This record gives sequence, C-alpha cells and structure tokens, in this order.
Amino acid sequence: MFKSCAGLVALSSLLLSGAAIAQEKIKVGVTATLEGTYTVLGEDGIRGHQTAINTLGKKVGDKEIEFIVASTDATPDSAIRAVRKLIEQDKVQILLSPLSGDEGIAVKNFAKTRPELTFVNAASGAQETTYVDPAPNFYRYNMDGAQWQVGLGKYAYETKGYKKIATVGDDYSFIYTQVFGLVLEFCGAGGQVTNRQWVPLGTKDFASVIAALPDDVDAIYLGLGGADAVNFLNQYQQAGGKAHLMGGSIMVDQTILSAKGNAKNALIGTIAASGQADTWEDPGWQKFVKAYQDAFPPNKRFPSPSLLATNYYNSTMALILALRQANGDLSNNQAKLREALAKIELDAPNGKIKLDSNRQAIGTNFVTEVVDDGKGALFSKVVKVIPNVNQTLGYDPAVFAKIGVPSRTVPECKKY
Amino acid sequence: MTRFIERHPAWALILLIAVAVMLWLILAVWPPGLEEAIGRKRVFLNAVFNGITLGSLYFLVASGFTLIFGLMRNVNLAHGSLYLFGGYIGYAISVWTGSWVLGFIIAFVGVALVGVVLQIVVFRRMEGEDLRQTMVTIGLSIVFADLMLWAFGGDFYQIQTPSWLVGPIELPLVTAVKSSGEAVYLRYPMVRLVIFVAAVVIGIAMWLALNRTRVGMMVRAGVDDRDMLAATGVPIQLVFVAVFALGAGLAGIAGVVGGTFQSISPGEDTRFLLASLVVVIVGGMGSIPGAALGAVIIGLAEQLGSVYIPTYAIVVTFLIMVLVLALRPQGLLARR
Repeated sequence: MFKSCAGLVALSSLLLSGAAIAQEKIKVGVTATLEGTYTVLGEDGIRGHQTAINTLGKKVGDKEIEFIVASTDATPDSAIRAVRKLIEQDKVQILLSPLSGDEGIAVKNFAKTRPELTFVNAASGAQETTYVDPAPNFYRYNMDGAQWQVGLGKYAYETKGYKKIATVGDDYSFIYTQVFGLVLEFCGAGGQVTNRQWVPLGTKDFASVIAALPDDVDAIYLGLGGADAVNFLNQYQQAGGKAHLMGGSIMVDQTILSAKGNAKNALIGTIAASGQADTWEDPGWQKFVKAYQDAFPPNKRFPSPSLLATNYYNSTMALILALRQANGDLSNNQAKLREALAKIELDAPNGKIKLDSNRQAIGTNFVTEVVDDGKGALFSKVVKVIPNVNQTLGYDPAVFAKIGVPSRTVPECKKY
Repeated sequence: MTRFIERHPAWALILLIAVAVMLWLILAVWPPGLEEAIGRKRVFLNAVFNGITLGSLYFLVASGFTLIFGLMRNVNLAHGSLYLFGGYIGYAISVWTGSWVLGFIIAFVGVALVGVVLQIVVFRRMEGEDLRQTMVTIGLSIVFADLMLWAFGGDFYQIQTPSWLVGPIELPLVTAVKSSGEAVYLRYPMVRLVIFVAAVVIGIAMWLALNRTRVGMMVRAGVDDRDMLAATGVPIQLVFVAVFALGAGLAGIAGVVGGTFQSISPGEDTRFLLASLVVVIVGGMGSIPGAALGAVIIGLAEQLGSVYIPTYAIVVTFLIMVLVLALRPQGLLARR
C-alpha cells in the first residue's frame, strides 16, 4: 500500500515537473503563403518545416519550441500583418519568415524596428533583402534568386547553343533577381536577351502575353511560379506553343511539375537552375527526400520535395541547431542565439551552407533538365553541380556593386 | 439607330470611322511602317480576340448581375461568391465524372438553387430596402468566401479542358505574308472561341426571351413598374424567384468557364464582382445589351492594355469607368 502510494506521489511529481517544463517554451512564429497565387508553395514549405521538426524534435535542453504558423498571400503588407500578429498577439520571440521575395524585403525592414527579436528567413530570395542595407538580426540560409541561376546562362549558350532569348516573368523582386543572375551570365558569355516581359503577380489571362512572345529567339525563359505558372502553361498549350523553354527556380519545381493535367508536359526537356535537383544522388539529399516522403501520405505531398520544402527544412534546422548551441538562452537580446546562427555551418540536404558577413547563405547550385520518369511524373535531373556560390556570384564586390539592384531593366545585357 | 444619327451626327461619324479603322486593322495585311510603329499584327489580333473572349466571360457574370438589379433593384454583392461557387462545383463534377459539359449543367442548377434560397430567405424579407440588402449581401459574401475556403482550401483549381477542345485552330485571318508570298494565318485557342460562341448564343437567347416571350414581357413590365404589374394579378414573387435563379445560374456557368480558361481560387469572387460592377456601370444598370457592350469594352481594354501599356493596364479599365460616369452617368446603353 505504502509502496504504491509512494509510486503515485513520484508519478504525480514527475507529471507536475513535466507541466512546469512545458510552461517554459520558446515561441517561434512561422509565416507561409497559404493564400493566393503561391498557396501551393506555402503548403509545401510547411511540409518541409514539419519534416525538419520530425527529424530534429522540438526539445532544446529542458525547454520546448512552440511553432505558431500564420498565413500570408505573397504581398509585403500581408507579411508584415502576419509578423505583427505573431509578435503582438502570440508573443513570439523568434520569427521564421517569410516565403516570397517582396515579403522578404518588407520583413527585413520591419526587423530593424524590433532589434530585440531574431528573424530567420524561411525561403524568400530577393537580392535586396540581404544585400542592400541588411538588418543585423535577419539571417538567410537560402541563396538568393541570382545565386540560384548560376550556371544556367553558360549552359544555355555553350551547350544548348541558344544565342538569343527573351524572358517572361512575374513583376516583383524575386524574379528580377532571377533574371538578373541569368542575364549577367548569359550576356557575359556572349548571348543576347532581346525582350523582357513583366506580368503582374496573380495574372490569370496570359493569352495576350503568349501572343506577344517573339518568334525570332532560340528560347524563352519563364520566371513564373505557383498559379501563374500553371495558368501560363495551360494557355500556352491551348495556343499551341512550341518554343524551347528555360525555367526559373520556382518554374521548374515540383510545385509546377506535379500540377494536375498535361499542360506541364511542355516543360519536358526544359533547362533550369535552382538550389536543388530532384534526382541528385547525394546520400544526404536522398535521405531528406525519404524523410519528406515518409512524413506525409502520397496524396498530401509532392513525389519529391519542392525548393520551398527544402528551404523551410534548412531554415528550421538552422534555427533548432542554433537554439541548442545557445542552450535556449534568449537573454541579452538573444546574443547567444545570434552568435550561434551566424557561425553555424549547415550540412543541408542540398549541399553545405554557411553565412557571409551580411548573414546571407553561400551554398551549392544545380543546373537541371526536366525529364519524364516514364510514368508521367516529371523531375529535374542534375546536369551540373556548382559548389560555393556567393551573393556576388564570383564577381569582385566593387564591380558587382556597380551593376545595381535587380529591377525590370537592370542589369543591361553586356559583359560587366 | 437612325434616331441616334439624327441626334448626334458628330458622334455617329466618329463611331463609324472607329469601326472602319478597326475592321481595316483586323482584315488588312499591315504595311511594314505600321508593324514597326505598333508591333506585329499577330499580337494585335490576338489581343483583340482575347479581349472579346474575356469580355464574353465578363458578360456571363455581369448579365446575371444586371438582370437581378434591373428587375428587383437590389444590388447583389454576393454575386461574385456565386461565380466562385459555380467554379468549384464545375471542378468537382468534372473530376468526378470526367465530363466537362456535365460540369456546366450541374453548376448552373446548383448555383440557381442557391439563388432561389437567397431570394426566398433573404431578399424577400427586405424588399425595397436598398441599404439593408447591400449590407446583408456584403456580409453573405464574406461568409460564403470563408465557407468555401474551409471546404476547398486556398489552392487554385483548374478545370480540365476536354481533349477535343485543346490546342489552336487556324482562322482565315492573315497575320503576315512571308517573303515567299505565302500567307500566315492566325492560330487561336479553340476553347476560347467555343466559349465566345456559347456566350453569344446565351446572350441572344436571353434577349429573345426578354423581348419575344410572355414571361419576358412580365419581366420587362416588372422592370418598368413593379407595383402596377403586381396589381394586374401577375405572381410577381414567382417572377422574382425565376429571374434570381437565372441570374445566379449564369454566374455559376461563368465560374466553370473561368475555371477552364483561367483558374479558380479564393479572391476570384471579389475580382469578378468588381469586374461585373464596372461592366454594368459602363454598360448601364439593368440593360442586357449594355452588359454585352460594357463587357466587350472592358475585356478589350484589359487585353490591349496588357499588351501595349502593361504597367497601366489596370488603370485603363477604371479610366473608362470614370469617363462614362462623367459623360453619361446612367451608362452607355441605359434607357433613361
């Protein structure tokens, strides 16, 4: 009797202490585009985030991390609204945000007004975010849009023999950055970019844009993503388009390659570049793909993780590992966490990642080509792997600074 | 027509010249100087065709809106939700049965039923109270939007075009002449042409029904003087329900059309509500030919704008609305 009583007391004290531990939580706010044009991207980002939690767990010493997700729609004001809500209502101490380019610039600027909090970029890839006037409390573990295009221009010009190309892209900072990277390399190699068409993000009717595509070019580069890319391909098929295509990092991505219908087949053979390649044989990548596939039933995920899943996985992993190094200590304006974040070298599934002095990732890039696996599913196949890509794309920083910030017309098509 | 020419000879002349120029631009082979100045003819022709086909989609949404307004004087601000709901039904049915046409029929019936319920449960209770109706329909549109977000998620859906409609068709319009003297003809997506033809057929059928049938006569009489019509013993509530069902059903069909050549997702409801508001303001509240004219003008403005002045394309639409409101506030084809 006494024994069982003592057991009960011990058990209840254990439970009580458990409750006490559970109260000491580290609150992290996560934003993803769960509405609008980029819904599919946001959903897969969250899957990547969940995969990282499954792999690493939520424990930091005797504390537990609590993640709170808020939705945005890829516009900068929606991102700020979500971040504000997470900070003011949910009292988060750390942010894992945002997903999309323009959101990134807005959140970076917002981060400066909250120097006591730490911001880890989830997946956004505009160059400006970490290159122009960076925020000291904003860390980015994915490469920017221009870094993700490294290798594509040369491959198109030298191996594919495309001499003249035209581009079509969504009219915002991330795609400017992607076209920036492409144009620098392609024109540097001797190619010509004859026309750059920009369409508003969320365009539904591409028929006139498709009609205005020039005929006298060797290939057309598509810098579209999410619903826009699917709408474009669908209408491109209906218009009977036959040009050679080149793709940006969110165009040739599982978010598009797994879309319903057969319009995506126009992408077979398309060359692209991105921070990952679906069929890379690296064991670390294969392990991540397996973890992603095991975490969700086949109809609730893509056959292989998208770039967004990988980015969210990496940023979540960086944050959890850094929190563990800092022992969950968030005192003194989170100084220990920040030191750990700046120093960390990620052994990420898509190659090693470390940060530069602007807290921007230096990582590995992949040139890919879209292949059909024979069963109707499309994948990006590795053509070339390029390690150690930094934000100035290998240019001398002084020369790089003269090119200017990516925009509709920057950079010019010439050799810098 | 003749009366219009007699009253406004200058306007008639301008209109005539504009139509002639347009016809020439569409039919003639462009001289090289013109191609240099404003781009290739293929781009222009495509933009014009896209404008007209997009206009036919706008017409489908706006005609129901204007019909309901014309007869019942109530501005149904939940009309966009009916469009989106129709799109979702069409998607679900076409995935489930594999039949595109069946999607149309069921979307029409399903959304028309929602319209009937709306009329009986909501609008009948507040007949003639404009402000209350407006507020209630705004509220309803928010509730519907959230319900649909809950049921279908934030994802975008695309209704698969049946295989016999996929791909382009060659039209007998010359876009350019090759150096060998061989003419290049315009290739245009088949599905958009079919949808355009369907919209024209629906438009003409509606016009005939309104102007040549007994029920149409009742509806027109109701538009002019509701109380008098009721006094003559016509079951006016039944007419109201029928018109509401038809208007809602048209929005449902438009949803399937929109899901086929564009895509449907949350937010489309307000986009199409706004589009149909602009269309009926330009064309004239309550007028079916007005809705057709307004839809084509707005569709053309959007598509030509997106090609020739991409940055300001959205402004053009509203500029047209402002001009119409300033010069002819009742709308282009309103009767009074």
